[in-house]
Amino acid sequence: MSTERHEIKMFTPMTLGLLILIIAGAVSVYKRMTLGLGATTNLQDDFPWGFWIGFDVLGGVAMAAGGFVIASAVYLFNMKKYKPIARPAILTAFLGYLLAASGIFLDIGQPFRIWHPMVMWQVHSIMFIVAIHVVIYTTVLAMESSPMFFERIGLKGVQRFVEKIMMPIALFGTLLSTLHQSSLGAVYLIVPDKLHPLWYSSLLPFSFLVSAIMMGLSMVSFESILSSKFFKHQANVGILSGLARGSMVAIGFYFVLKIFVLLKGPGIGAAFAGTMEARLYLLEMAVGVIVPLILLLIPAMRNSTGSIFLVNCLVIVGVVINRMNVAIFGLLRHAHERGASYFPTTNEFMVTLFLVALGIFLFKFACKYFNVLSYEEVKQ
Amino acid sequence: MGTNAIMENTTAGQGVKKMEASFLIDATKCIGCRGCQISCKSWNQNGTDRTTAGPTFTNPPKLNSKTYTNIAFFESEQNGAVSWNFARNGCFHCKKPACASVCPVEALVKTPEGPVIYRAERCIGCRYCMLACPFNVPKYEWEKLSPKIQKCTFCYDRLLAGMIPACAKTCPTGTIHFSDSIEKNLAEAKKRISENPGKYHNHIYGEKEAGGTSVLLLSALPLDQIGHAKVGDQVLPDLTWKYISGIPAIIGVVLAAGIGSWVITRRMKNMDKEDE
Ligand code: SF4
Ligand code: SF4
Ligand code: SF4
Repeated sequence: MSTERHEIKMFTPMTLGLLILIIAGAVSVYKRMTLGLGATTNLQDDFPWGFWIGFDVLGGVAMAAGGFVIASAVYLFNMKKYKPIARPAILTAFLGYLLAASGIFLDIGQPFRIWHPMVMWQVHSIMFIVAIHVVIYTTVLAMESSPMFFERIGLKGVQRFVEKIMMPIALFGTLLSTLHQSSLGAVYLIVPDKLHPLWYSSLLPFSFLVSAIMMGLSMVSFESILSSKFFKHQANVGILSGLARGSMVAIGFYFVLKIFVLLKGPGIGAAFAGTMEARLYLLEMAVGVIVPLILLLIPAMRNSTGSIFLVNCLVIVGVVINRMNVAIFGLLRHAHERGASYFPTTNEFMVTLFLVALGIFLFKFACKYFNVLSYEEVKQ
Repeated sequence: MGTNAIMENTTAGQGVKKMEASFLIDATKCIGCRGCQISCKSWNQNGTDRTTAGPTFTNPPKLNSKTYTNIAFFESEQNGAVSWNFARNGCFHCKKPACASVCPVEALVKTPEGPVIYRAERCIGCRYCMLACPFNVPKYEWEKLSPKIQKCTFCYDRLLAGMIPACAKTCPTGTIHFSDSIEKNLAEAKKRISENPGKYHNHIYGEKEAGGTSVLLLSALPLDQIGHAKVGDQVLPDLTWKYISGIPAIIGVVLAAGIGSWVITRRMKNMDKEDE
C-alpha cells in the first residue's frame, strides 16, 4: 500500500515561510503573555472584543463546519462517496477548533482560568455554552480522527473498533456542532442596541449555522482541489461537483434567509444607504453569497474544477467578512458614538498569523505522517 | 473581606429586613462638585489617573477601572445664556442585569438587596459583560497582567454595615438620593415631575430602560443629550434565554433526524444488496 504521503516534502519554501511566521508570531504570543492585553492590543473599554474573537474564534469555528457536514454525510446519510474526504475534513475541523480555543486562551484576561466555566456552571450564559462545546467537541473530533492514528501505530483492532462506533460519535458531533455554530451567533443576541441593524437579528444563530455549513463545504472542496494539485493526481470530480451541489443548496437557502432578515429588520434601503456598514454588507453579500450562487447555478461551472475553486475562495472570504462585520465593523458605530475606535495592532495580526501558520503546518505534518489524504488505498 | 464572605453573610442575614437599594439621581440639583467621585475613590481605595485638560470639564473623561462614577459636564445655550448640565455616570444595577446573565462563571451576580457585585476570583476575563452591558459600565484593568473587571458595587459592603453608599452620603445637594425601595424612588421621581411643570424632561431614565434598573435619573434635558445611552426597554437576558431554552428542542430534532436518516439510508443499502 504505497501512499502518497511519502511524497510530501517537509522542506519546501512554503514550509520555510510557515516556520518564519510561526517564530515571528511566537514572539507576539510571548509579548501578549508577558506584557498583557493593554500593551499588545488595541482592545479598550469601549471595544472589548476585537480581531481575535472575530477571526480566530468565529472564523475558526465556521471553518471547522466541514468536519460535521462530511461526517454526517458519510456516517449518518451513508454517502460512501465522500469517505475519501472525511479524514481531511475532520482534521481541518480539529485544527479549526484548536485555532478557536487558542484564540480564546490568548484573548481572555486570565488564560490560566480557562477551565473555570467547566466547574462554575452558569447556564444562562451563552459564553458558558460556547466553552462547554469547545471542550466536548474538540474531544469528539479527536476521537473521529483517532482511527488514522491507531492505524499508523499498528493497532488495527482499536482502529476497527472506533470505526465501528463511528455512527454514534458522528451523531454526537453533529449535534454539538449544530448547537455550537448557532450559539456563536447567539452570543450577539444580547446587544440589540449596539450591533448595527444590518447584522443584528433574532435569527443570528440560524444564519451563523447556515453560513458555517457553506464555509465548511467550501473548505473541504478547497482542500481537495489543493491536495490534488499538490500530488498531481486527478481531482475526484464526482466528489467536487457533489460538494458544489450541496453548496448551491446551502447558499441559496442562506440568500433567502439573509433577504428575509433584511426585510424584516432595517429594510432594503439600509443596504444601499452608502454608509461604511452598508458597503461592507454589500461586499459580504456579493463575495460570499450572490456571485458564488450565480456561478453555481450554471451547470457547466458546477462541474468545472477551476470555477468550483473560485467559488470556494469566494465563499470562504465572504463568510470571514460576515464574521468580521458582526464582531468588529457592526460594533464600530457604537464605539464611534463614544469617541472610540478600533483597529488591530500588528501584534494582534501576528498572533493570528501564528495560529493560522501553525494550523497549516500541522495539517501538512499530519498528511505526511498519517494517511489523511490517501484513504481510498487503505481499504479495510 | 472577600465578596464571597459578603454573599454568605447576606444569605445568613436574610429576612431581617427586605432591602431593595435604589438611587434617584436628579441632575437638576447637581452643581458639579464631584464630591461623589472623590468619596467613591476614597471608599473603594481606587487610585487616581493623570489626565490632561480636554474640551470639557469632565475629568476623567470616562469611567475607567479606577473610576466607578464621574460627573460629565455639558455646556449649552438656553435663552441666550450659558447653561450647565451635569450627568452622573455609573452602574445602574439593572433588575435583570445583562452583565450577570452573560458571565460564564457567575463572577457578576445580582444580590438579593439589589446591588450587582463582582467576585474577582472567579472571573476569567472574557469581557462579555463589557460587551453586554447596555450602559457600558464594566471597565477592565487593561494594563495589568492579571486584570480584573471594575465597576460600582453600590457600596455593597457599606449597605451590609447599615450605611448608605459613599457617593450619596457625600453629595451636598441631595442630587444622589438613596432609598431602600425602588418603588419609593419612582414615586418620588413622578412627584417631582408633576409638581414642577417644565423643569424636567418628562422621562424617568431607568424606569423602563433594559427592563428597569435600580438607579433612576431625572434631568432637564433629554438624557441622550447628556451622554446617556439610548437603551431599549427589552429585558436583555430574555433575548438570549429564548435561544437557550430552545436547545432541548434542537437536540431532539437533530437526534431524531440523525438516527432517522441513518436507519433509512442503511435500509436502502440493504435493499440494494438484496437486489443484486
Ligand atoms: S448597568 Fe451594566 S454593569 Fe450595571 S448592572 Fe446593568 S448591565 Fe450590569
Ligand atoms: S470578564 Fe469576568 S465578570 Fe465579565 S463576563 Fe467574563 S468572566 Fe464574567
Ligand atoms: S455606590 Fe459606592 S461604589 Fe457606587 S459610585 Fe457610589 S460610592 Fe462608588
